[in-house]
Amino acid sequence: MTNLQVSVSEHPADELDVKAEVEKLQSVGEDLLRMAKAKGASQVEVGVSKDIGLSVQVRNQQVDTLEYNRDNSFGLTVYFGHKKGIATTSDLTIEALSETVDAACNIARHTQEDPCSGLADAELMATQPVELELDCPMGVTAEIAKEYALACEAEGLNADARVEQSEGATFSSHRNIRFYANSHGFSAAVPSSRHSLSCVLIAQDEQGMQRDFWYSITRDAEQLETAKSIGEKAAKRAVSRLGGRKIATQKLPVVVTPEIARGLVGNFCAAIRGASLYRRSSFLLDQLNQPVFPEFVDMQEKPFLKKGLASSWFDNEGIATREQAIIKQGVLQTYLLNSYSARRLEMSPTGHAGGLHNLHIEPGNANNQNLSFDELVKQMHKGLIVTEVMGHGVNLVNGDYSRGASGFWVENGEIQHFVEEITIAGNLKQMFAGLQAIGTDLDYRSSTVTGSWLLSDMMIAGN
Amino acid sequence: MSSALAATQNEFLGPAGADLNDLTRIIDSMLSHKIDFAELYFQSSRHESWVLESGIVKDASFSADKGVGVRALVGEKTGFAYSEEILLPALERAAEASRSIATRGNSGKVKLLSTPQQQPLYTDDDPIMSLSEKEKLAILKKLDQLARQLDPRVTEVIASLSGVFDKILICASDGTLASDIRPLIRANVTVIMQDKGKTERGGSGIGGRENYHMLSDELLAELAKEAVHQASINLEAIDAPAGNMPVVLGPGWPGVLLHEAIGHGLEGDFNRKGSSAFSGRIGQRVASPLCTIVDDGTIASRRGSLTIDDEGTQSQSTTLIENGVLVGYMQDKKNARLMNTQSTGNGRRESYSSLPLPRMTNTYMLSGESEPEDIIRSVKKGIYAPNFGGGQVDITSGKFVFTTSEAYLIEDGKVTAPVKGATLIGNGPDVLTKVSMVGNDLELDKGVGICGKEGQSVPVGVGQPTMKVDELTVGGTN
Repeated sequence: MTNLQVSVSEHPADELDVKAEVEKLQSVGEDLLRMAKAKGASQVEVGVSKDIGLSVQVRNQQVDTLEYNRDNSFGLTVYFGHKKGIATTSDLTIEALSETVDAACNIARHTQEDPCSGLADAELMATQPVELELDCPMGVTAEIAKEYALACEAEGLNADARVEQSEGATFSSHRNIRFYANSHGFSAAVPSSRHSLSCVLIAQDEQGMQRDFWYSITRDAEQLETAKSIGEKAAKRAVSRLGGRKIATQKLPVVVTPEIARGLVGNFCAAIRGASLYRRSSFLLDQLNQPVFPEFVDMQEKPFLKKGLASSWFDNEGIATREQAIIKQGVLQTYLLNSYSARRLEMSPTGHAGGLHNLHIEPGNANNQNLSFDELVKQMHKGLIVTEVMGHGVNLVNGDYSRGASGFWVENGEIQHFVEEITIAGNLKQMFAGLQAIGTDLDYRSSTVTGSWLLSDMMIAGN
Repeated sequence: MSSALAATQNEFLGPAGADLNDLTRIIDSMLSHKIDFAELYFQSSRHESWVLESGIVKDASFSADKGVGVRALVGEKTGFAYSEEILLPALERAAEASRSIATRGNSGKVKLLSTPQQQPLYTDDDPIMSLSEKEKLAILKKLDQLARQLDPRVTEVIASLSGVFDKILICASDGTLASDIRPLIRANVTVIMQDKGKTERGGSGIGGRENYHMLSDELLAELAKEAVHQASINLEAIDAPAGNMPVVLGPGWPGVLLHEAIGHGLEGDFNRKGSSAFSGRIGQRVASPLCTIVDDGTIASRRGSLTIDDEGTQSQSTTLIENGVLVGYMQDKKNARLMNTQSTGNGRRESYSSLPLPRMTNTYMLSGESEPEDIIRSVKKGIYAPNFGGGQVDITSGKFVFTTSEAYLIEDGKVTAPVKGATLIGNGPDVLTKVSMVGNDLELDKGVGICGKEGQSVPVGVGQPTMKVDELTVGGTN
């Protein structure tokens, strides 16, 4: 809490002397590497995250919660040859750090020799820092945050008479410094910011209540969607869920909105992760250079996007990231490997320790057409638009997919009514292969950018 | 003063050179603003985990975390700040930040801090110290061997052991001065099995507020057996059916249905705000008369149990539904105050850096009178589901889901072919009205539940006897 002054609500909560903090982290990092080496560690890596900020939630035009955040986490991994120990702490005092070094070394004395464990090879370390414009502080105070949230909620509450209550509108603003160093001499500190505005509303009719929400999240507050637009979208979405009913059990095509589509992309990425592959527990085993999606599908990783939500010039092991195709003309171009899984698979690491660094999925279909969301729905003609999935029914070992769902019933290419209390089921491998089109309604609120997907028949369970 | 209180005071205040007078002064300083309630929550947490994979214990980690959360309440408003530094200047700044929710003007004084003696529901032994590293490794290796011996089709075993040791100290403007020392352990095993080109996974786990000595050889054998059984059943599984049908839920962990369908909707915050499908329904019939459901934090050594909750309120057993009628909500201090009632000891928080919310402890349905075999026998065509993965609920619309991890067809009153994992969906406020038989075989789960709400995870328990729901939507592919 050391940055807070007497009149707290007037003071920017994201004030951070980045240069001083980075210097401090670098010196702590060097101390730790030295301490661990002195204890006999052959290799060491250190990761630190410092996060400060605030969030203000309003509900029914009153402040509900004012929260000041200030989080530290510090993690140390030591290797004694091929034996590994990890220790983490939130306490950055020198005594606590010293205890953490001891704890990590103690663990490494007891874990067993694993020939695949160790830092990534030294020659893979990133050497060219790239300025990605990730740090855009806005000087937010509790007062400013409150104004944003109040305006957003007011727009939502006024948008439609059927919106009778709010679950709250929240503005939050945070700054972070991510620091990583290892005993190869790699060291980097990256400051970043993130700002978000969200609104959750409840619409009501004689049948009951329905809740829905909308949000925006960006590195640069200038790029946030307006309070008006967020409030209005939240209201429209909540109201559109009124008058819902179940539909009959049947097999039909499905359009999933970008939020759901990027969930499917998440399932895809989990299945091509090194750990899923060396454990032989993925439905996409041995698919490298094989078609996984139809030929019109391209997925490109873009680590160097300015102000990108997952932009980075190095991965969590210090390996240089690079712009690369993950899917090209439907064919899987690479697995997602860190150095450990690469050694297990006798392959090379791909710069994916910690995951992908922005994934862009191009709109299209087999006839080279760019279809809008409405055109996707027209093309589906009769089927289901899925706007929400629930539960954990994804089996990555065999690809079986069964989720609770809600959305809209479509006949003659037109939305008929809201649908709820149903499930959709299929197998991810077939769902990917049967992808018919990707819409132009790209959603930029995530590091995975995609439009809606038109999928082939799925089993819909209802009445 | 209880020994736990002395120990936690020493732990938190000793290094800061502070004492109870300093804490009283800080709370008083918060009360100089127009605040209804002020609270300091100190926590230290130590956590370790050991993971075996491919026959070797290759990953292990230890973490230590310590800090204080400062909360101020005025009306429905909450001000909150926290600090990893437990030093007086940091505490004073956090207090200032959280009280900024209200204007100056009061001159309240905290009541004398006092604490009733609570009989602890669990040991105060540090589980991390309860076994040597060698012994911990031996447990993991034993799980690996047991699983591989049970079935030669097992191609990979991932076994893990984790231990947490939490100490908390709470003082608040309502006079609360309380502390708790909470151990929590868990052992898990996942097996991957291959046969005739097919691969499947099975898993099981066990845990509680105990130390590692609870992991007897018999329990480890049971754990390995359950994981291998689940994987082998899933290797033979046929496509699950799709559509509405009767579902018989097995005893124990399938109580996750109660947690999702009923439990969350009965948490005080949603009902104060009127955003739950159960809002304003106290006294109404929401379940068949066969159903009586409680949330009980007082069972010794259970994963979801608490001697006191995270606001210092003694844990209790709260009846939620009695013979089908909704009788109670679960409350924390804030929501109880705003709804003119008492906290039920359900105020829980993930850590000092998150706000307390009304949360469940161990939620279960009491036994009925039916024989489990009779329940199965009563179903012509349906599903028998003895094991589940997780679930989720939309408390406003009441729709909830949970996904089977082991399930079978019931045909003409007999359990027949295993079916693949499928998500079941229903409507919370009416699913229990369709309960037509309740077994006499109440079981609690094995102590592995994690509940997420507003981004905060807390350990919970669930349980139930065998139970028949006449109609649920089963999300299979067939």
